[in-house]
Amino acid sequence: MRTLATVPHALAVHALEKRYGPVQALKGVDLTVEEGELVGLLGPNGAGKSTLVKIAVGLVRATRGQAEVAGARAGSRAALAQLGYLAELFRFPGWYTADEVLSLHQRLTHSDGGAAERGRLLALVALADARGRRVDGMSKGMQQRLGIAQALVGTPRVLVLDEPTSALDPAGRRIVRVLLEELRGQGVSVLLNSHLLSEIELVCDRVAILRAGEVVAAGSPAELSRPRGVELETDEGTRTVEGATREDAARLVAEAVAAGRRVYGVRVLTSTLEDTYLEAVGDEVS
Amino acid sequence: MSAVLTIAGYGFREAVRRKVFAVVIVLTAAFLALFWLANHYVFTRLSTITPPADVHVDTRTFAGAFLLGLAMFSTLFLGVVLAVFLTLGVVSGDAERGLLQPLVVRPVGRATLLLSRFLGAAVVCIVYVLAVYGIALAIIDQTGHWTPPSTLAPGLELAGGVVIVIALSILGSIVLSSTANGIAVFMLFGAGLTAGLLGTIGHALNSTTIQHASRDAAWALPFEALYQDGLRLISSNTSGLTGFLLQLGPFGGAYVHGWGIRLWSVAYLLVALALGVLFFSRRDL
Ligand SMILES: Nc1ncnc2c1ncn2[C@@H]1O[C@H](COP(=O)(O)OP(=O)(O)OP(=O)(O)O)[C@@H](O)[C@H]1O
Ligand SMILES: [Mg+2]
Repeated sequence: MRTLATVPHALAVHALEKRYGPVQALKGVDLTVEEGELVGLLGPNGAGKSTLVKIAVGLVRATRGQAEVAGARAGSRAALAQLGYLAELFRFPGWYTADEVLSLHQRLTHSDGGAAERGRLLALVALADARGRRVDGMSKGMQQRLGIAQALVGTPRVLVLDEPTSALDPAGRRIVRVLLEELRGQGVSVLLNSHLLSEIELVCDRVAILRAGEVVAAGSPAELSRPRGVELETDEGTRTVEGATREDAARLVAEAVAAGRRVYGVRVLTSTLEDTYLEAVGDEVS
Repeated sequence: MSAVLTIAGYGFREAVRRKVFAVVIVLTAAFLALFWLANHYVFTRLSTITPPADVHVDTRTFAGAFLLGLAMFSTLFLGVVLAVFLTLGVVSGDAERGLLQPLVVRPVGRATLLLSRFLGAAVVCIVYVLAVYGIALAIIDQTGHWTPPSTLAPGLELAGGVVIVIALSILGSIVLSSTANGIAVFMLFGAGLTAGLLGTIGHALNSTTIQHASRDAAWALPFEALYQDGLRLISSNTSGLTGFLLQLGPFGGAYVHGWGIRLWSVAYLLVALALGVLFFSRRDL
């Protein structure tokens, strides 16, 4: 037996299903995040991304299937002790200062980092000057950055972030991107939900695209955005030549004509993550 | 243990910031001032009240027990208001606002989280109920020179009743939104009081049907039974016509009473808390 197999995944879900009354939010999802890996979860609204991460952090109970964090059952104290989480919709009590929010979470995670840890985390998310500012006096983006700092309290091994940059300006997004790269360097595993394809493309090692509760595409951003072939429309119908590139297009047309086909159209299949995404999910908005 | 204190403190601070305490303290001060005034007038005029020569009523005891009964009713009411507003949104309300999720994903455990919120509210309400009850006793003693035969036990029973309401409110907060839960708990409270009054009427009319309905309600809503038992204790040494008249009044005291209902209340509380922990452990957030 290889030793690798005995090292638990940082985060793993297997055959995960979730039903909310008549809505089947997840239909059997498999996904793993390895140690030090940054995995992005993409998908249209309502695809089940938040449901998946809520199960992983123990907020929601799966209808069927397993979810584990660092080898421990999702939601167990052992799992939660390894975890930092930023919810999609969250709020801190308005009367707490930034420093007090972090202090509360230090106590709940038994972190002994003290004022030094709080200062370091606030500086990481560019809130060093807002240390004594109360939450209800903070802008939405500041609160989201405080949420990210909160998720990092107690140096978790696994970080689950549900749309951490949804309220951030471009500078804020950049701060988060740099932060994520730094964390990966430290061996932290990250599962990240986002609608920002460019962001995911820049930072993620692997991407999974979810649609209507199912993983419809998965791989590294490079794999998902590789040239995907040339599509040829002839009197025989539409045919895709896998692996063909723009360079092959003229030759493919010539061959088809030589073979007596009528060529109505030729299309080089485009290659960004966005195309892969749109192809995988269709134009679905739910 | 430190997690319990942290969470209880979190709840306490929320109550301070939401001005729950401020409102309750103002209401309480107003009540106590009025109560003092009522006692003052009742007892200074006591000497001028002369029942017919052949009727033997101990007017001081009657007035004292009646006024203390009134104070106990008000204390229970104010205690329940405090209990409900401290806890009505502990789960659903805080989850809807997104306040709960960051706490639940910490390695504290949902049971500890819920029970800490319960303990925090219970400590606050017990201190409050005993303080208001104690001040009411002192006012009656100072203005009317009357003390009930039993002083501590009725106060503890009142506090126990409020603690049961806290457990019900927390249990309700798991399945109902804040507003619905607040309404539900106050309706239960009102139903309990009505059942208690019905029992008094049932005994006055000697109607077994009403008596049975009232008795069943007392077991189903033991906070009411504890309050009634407290009323029974403060007039337990009255006899003859004084006792009879007190029994007829709204603060007449329990027909379900004693250690049976006290033990049942403890069991009821534990079951409510256990159900709360169970439901909360299964609730999606
Ligand atoms: N508490 C709930 N009760 C009922 N249905 C729910 C609940 N939460 C989510 N759903 C449904 O489950 C499906 C998945 O929702 P989810 O929030 O996981 O989507 P998402 O991929 O995170 O979407 P978005 O990009 O909009 O955040 C949706 O159809 C949603 O309506
Ligand atoms: Mg979502």
